[in-house]
Amino acid sequence: MRVALFLTCVNDTLYPETGRAVVKLLTRLGVEVDFPMAQTCCGQAHYNTGYRHEAEPLARHFSDVFGEYEAIVTPSGSCGAMVRELYPRMGERARAEGRGDTLAATLAPVVPKTYELTEFLVDVLGVTDVGAYYPHTVTYHPTCHGLRGLGLGERPRRLLQAVEGLELVELPGADECCGFGGTFALKNADVSAAMGTDKVRNAESTGAEVLCAADNSCLMHIGGTMTRLETGMRPVHIAEILASTEEEPAS
Amino acid sequence: MSGTFVGMPAFPKAAHEAVGNQTLRANLRHATHTIRAKRANAVAEVSDWAELREAGKRIKDHTLRHLDRYLVQLEESVTAAGGIVHWAADADEANRIVADLVKETGESEVVKVKSMATQEIGLNEALEAEGIRAYETDLAELIVQLGKDRPSHILVPAIHRNRGEIRDIFTREMSEWGRPAPEGLTDTPAELADAARLHLREKFLRAKVGVSGANFMVAETGTLVVVESEGNGRMCLTLPETLISVVGIEKIVPTWRDLEVFLQTLPRSSTAERMNPYTSTWTGTTDGDGPGTFHLVLLDNGRTDTLADEVGRQALRCIRCSACLNVCPVYERAGGHAYGSVYPGPIGAILSPQLRGTASEIDASLPYASSLCGACYEVCPVAIDIPEVLVHLRERVVQGGPVTREGNKVVLKPAKGHGAERAAMRAARWAFDRPGALRAGQRLASRTRRLHPRTLPGPGKAWSATRDLPAVPAEPFRDWWQRTNGGTTDEGTAK
Repeated sequence: MRVALFLTCVNDTLYPETGRAVVKLLTRLGVEVDFPMAQTCCGQAHYNTGYRHEAEPLARHFSDVFGEYEAIVTPSGSCGAMVRELYPRMGERARAEGRGDTLAATLAPVVPKTYELTEFLVDVLGVTDVGAYYPHTVTYHPTCHGLRGLGLGERPRRLLQAVEGLELVELPGADECCGFGGTFALKNADVSAAMGTDKVRNAESTGAEVLCAADNSCLMHIGGTMTRLETGMRPVHIAEILASTEEEPAS
Repeated sequence: MSGTFVGMPAFPKAAHEAVGNQTLRANLRHATHTIRAKRANAVAEVSDWAELREAGKRIKDHTLRHLDRYLVQLEESVTAAGGIVHWAADADEANRIVADLVKETGESEVVKVKSMATQEIGLNEALEAEGIRAYETDLAELIVQLGKDRPSHILVPAIHRNRGEIRDIFTREMSEWGRPAPEGLTDTPAELADAARLHLREKFLRAKVGVSGANFMVAETGTLVVVESEGNGRMCLTLPETLISVVGIEKIVPTWRDLEVFLQTLPRSSTAERMNPYTSTWTGTTDGDGPGTFHLVLLDNGRTDTLADEVGRQALRCIRCSACLNVCPVYERAGGHAYGSVYPGPIGAILSPQLRGTASEIDASLPYASSLCGACYEVCPVAIDIPEVLVHLRERVVQGGPVTREGNKVVLKPAKGHGAERAAMRAARWAFDRPGALRAGQRLASRTRRLHPRTLPGPGKAWSATRDLPAVPAEPFRDWWQRTNGGTTDEGTAK
């Protein structure tokens, strides 16, 4: 099977190790991965901040780049939800504004083919044990767009539970937002910081070494708060845990 | 809406105070987490909750689509049952109607059932200006009124107060308003409730005029419905000679049968009760039973304009259960007052900027008072997609666009103060539209990474004040991909 990796602009720029982990993991599972070099950004930051018209060309660009692939895999619940949930809505809005079906028709092909990584592993490849080894205590934070937007449910936890050596501990208040929320972190910095602090304190109370999530944006906010609060915990993207093996362990 | 909220600062500034208030944070955290857990249990007991939610949504959408027809039907039914219907386009008109009706009775005081509509129009203050005193009889509203405070929650307006604070308010203020608090009042719930009961009973027995809102109005029979937990509402609805109900026009349901859905979803969503303790219904007037005169004031106050917006209109489905407040992480930290309206929390963030417009600082900031986590949508018993409406209203703020105001179509200009953001968004879009430009930017960031500051200037300052910035890697992914041919060749480090 040949899939396109939609890494997301944030991961590409700031978290290349997550991208390398996805490539390693999928290749190990017999998937042929391509990274279309023309990919950029899904437009979520624009859309969610109120600049829908600025997001439209980015969505079109996404469809141009990824439209021909059998499946598109992304290690981000948030960007995955943008394509699956909000691209159809953008098409509907354009139609309601009297601009016809062109945008909807352009975006339609990519919508059903886009999968968040854990969803792709469990639903498409049908695996929960990916042969990973990660001898650490981990707590899992389900990010909001993955949890409520895509409905990832227990998939990430099932994948983590199957990892050899990994001890999964429950995070109190797991379903509560960490307070990142894209531009929310800038526009409502006080509330965002208070939410982040509570999330980190809850994580700390588990005694885990690692807080894991399927979105680096949330991990950037949580991790930045962790180091500032000097917790000694570290944020790790789920792809890096799943890619880790006894021969090539991730830290 | 209420004049008390005029000139509120933008949400982030108002929230700043609340975030720093440890007592408030603790009160809110305790209250919201308790009710949150109870609600989840109460909802889990119902096997067909998803169907009930869908049914509630459909009934409301259907009614809103045919609101003109059902309003006329309601007016006919209420009139036939002996009631008198008044139409109020805005808050001023509604207040004037109610004040005139009270004056006609020759009375100078009224007892009130807890009502969001009368809070929204600032009725108490308007009556005060006409020399009429309005007594709130709901326990939480009483606490707010005695404390010269503002409500901070739809269902529990005094949620921000703890028992000790309530004892102090009762002891200090009750005598000003009627029967004083008993000597040596403690902060046990039973004693506080008893003090309120004694204080209020005098008012119920004396008042000749009652003022209420309604949770529902049934078009086919002209029946109004109030659901409550304390029974004080029923006292106000039955004892006075004259009853005046002020109700938003969106509160209609077509038939009695439709109530079945909401009488299940509302109590479980709001108080986590299987059924609310008191359900009062009244249809016009009946000789020798209840008020002899009944007035219904149908309130628009921005609702028709909201109905004209095809994305935003779903806010009018709201049955005021406040489940969205109780799960909202932003509400939990910012408190209800920061929303600058009687409708706080996620529903307030979408309702206020629609009912009032986005011209003021507070109203323009409300659509941003959310991390879009979606918890509000998940719990909403009428499936209002609050995040969708928030984003829609953000668009209205930053890009402007067509809206309906007082029945006229107008095109809003983009709000001021978003120029830099707009420019940044456009620049980002430009770069993202050109992979080469993105790549050049990434490379520049990587090559200069040792020079990057630990803190950010401008709008980014708020970020680096409480969080460490991520370090920029030596090599963006796409360069690694190209250099190693997709990870198949040399895995060496970046140059």
